[in-house]
Amino acid sequence: MLLGRTRSVCLVGLSGFVVDVEAHLAPSLPAFTLVGLPDTALAEARDRVRAAVTSSGLAWPNRRITVNLSPAALPKAGSAFDVAIAVAVLAGAGLVDPRAAAATVHVGELGLDGRLRPVRGVLPAVAAAVAAGVPRVVVPAGNLAEARLVPGADVVGAHCLAEVAAHYGAEVDVPDADPVPALVPPRAVAEVPDLADVIGQDAARGCLEVAAAGGHHLLMVGPPGVGKTMLAARLPGLLPDLDEAGAVEVTAVHSLAGVFDPAGGLIRRPPFENPHHTATPAAVVGGGSGVPRPGAASRAHRGVLFLDEAPEFGVAVLQTLRQPLEHGEVVLHRSAGAARYPARFQLVLAANPCPCGNSVGKGLACTCTAHQRRRYFGKLSGPLLDRVDLQVDVDPARSTDRPGESTATVAARVREARAAAAHRLAGTGWTTNAQVPGGWLRDRLGPDRRLVRELDHCVDRGVLSLRGVDRVLRVAWTLADLRGGEAPTAADVGAALALRTRGQVL
Amino acid sequence: MLAKDAVGRYGEDVAARHAVGLGWSVLDRNWRCPDGELDLVALDGAELVVVEVKTRRSDRFGHPSLAVTPDKLSRLRRLTAQWLAAHDVHPASVRIDVVAVVLPSRGAPLVDHLTGVV
Repeated sequence: MLLGRTRSVCLVGLSGFVVDVEAHLAPSLPAFTLVGLPDTALAEARDRVRAAVTSSGLAWPNRRITVNLSPAALPKAGSAFDVAIAVAVLAGAGLVDPRAAAATVHVGELGLDGRLRPVRGVLPAVAAAVAAGVPRVVVPAGNLAEARLVPGADVVGAHCLAEVAAHYGAEVDVPDADPVPALVPPRAVAEVPDLADVIGQDAARGCLEVAAAGGHHLLMVGPPGVGKTMLAARLPGLLPDLDEAGAVEVTAVHSLAGVFDPAGGLIRRPPFENPHHTATPAAVVGGGSGVPRPGAASRAHRGVLFLDEAPEFGVAVLQTLRQPLEHGEVVLHRSAGAARYPARFQLVLAANPCPCGNSVGKGLACTCTAHQRRRYFGKLSGPLLDRVDLQVDVDPARSTDRPGESTATVAARVREARAAAAHRLAGTGWTTNAQVPGGWLRDRLGPDRRLVRELDHCVDRGVLSLRGVDRVLRVAWTLADLRGGEAPTAADVGAALALRTRGQVL
Repeated sequence: MLAKDAVGRYGEDVAARHAVGLGWSVLDRNWRCPDGELDLVALDGAELVVVEVKTRRSDRFGHPSLAVTPDKLSRLRRLTAQWLAAHDVHPASVRIDVVAVVLPSRGAPLVDHLTGVV
């Protein structure tokens, strides 16, 4: 009885499990079966592996070969097991050193010519292997840069199967083939546009600064062409760099989504996602058969999710955002298991005041009926809008408006405000004002009721819910941080109230 | 005699020598009935072994064992039952083996013995 054994990694969402790949070679009629809950792409590995082994100049063993991926109950998907299956078969046939192969994790797809092709999700896979105590990993050469980003991993990049076999002592010629390039062709990194491009709009720029400083969600309402989209696209430039843990998380999600370019190392800038308003719930929060893939909300993790023309989005799409807004992650259940993706994004919504977009000022140019207007905003109202701290009107620009401050100037103030907030929140686990629960904020406010008299008044009049009061207080703290103050003053609270209610309460 | 028949005949001789070398007692060779032919029938201790011999001169068109199709295997099962009915042999168990013989242009024939293929 001949048995070969090696290892690979199965990804369910972002969590990886080290899988034992065993090959049993029985002296019977030649056959090749693959067991252990493979999906279609993985079941096709049989044909790829056989062709790749023969093309590499190695003898395919004429035996009844049974390959098992264990634990057999865990559903496995994708082509990343090809290399491990080939190595297990070769180890079973005695063509390579079985002991060295057994202690190594193999990730990669095989071409029929025996070359190793890059796969998605190498970063989380290698991280899982290291966490499971198997730091030795063989990856396709096209994924080498990405795999090297994992600290503590002993990574080997291989061009072709012959190179892997020779590495384990097989006597085979290693051809001088070109490596298969990474899946994502290095695209020109889009420069985040500068805030100085926006003419005028001082109120909205201030609001953007507050959003960046406190991590608050933001709604901008204004007629077409006033610069809502321009402003939103400049928000990521105001946010500080990601910390180490955040960078690994974001990079892992992007690697799994297949949109990560490893040439620039870990993703250290907050990502920006702006799905089109025809997007489906699966496109926004993630989906797909088998193990679901991450959507725009997860790709915007620790960055900005911008919904332009927010009321045009499907109601179902807007509702699916409630779970990530509340918990900072998305849990998707499918036949092959539940995938958990992080989705702690900053939500930016832009909307026209009405379907025709002209209901500004006195609204004389507006052609919408009152019913149309109400229905338009009805989509946004309720639980979703309640979680948006900053809600402002963006007015049309005037010819006398001048360009404002640049991104660098504003980002410096945001950095200081964030540092002040982080100092105050040290030891609590929160980093921005937007994450802090209301009770904690109220306790810190002191006994001075005059400060919140205006808020109490609003609650009594039914303009503000109690949750709304907490939201206003959070923004007030951010305004105090930006000002460099110790605690919010009555003016801060008043300004925060105006920012929360599109200026309509005062 | 056609060349391919001569190759087959020689391969069966090689397989028979291989079986004797394993210490088996060969009971029958080229047993024919209206449904087909069994190449070799032998006793491995108390177990009856029916051997299908496939011979080729090279691996160029695939290993000889690849020519043993599911159709051929089911015919072998049927013929085995007929052989047992026709002979007064009472083995403890029965199995079907394939002996694949490759005859290189020079050097000794290569014998690949696959046991229990059904």
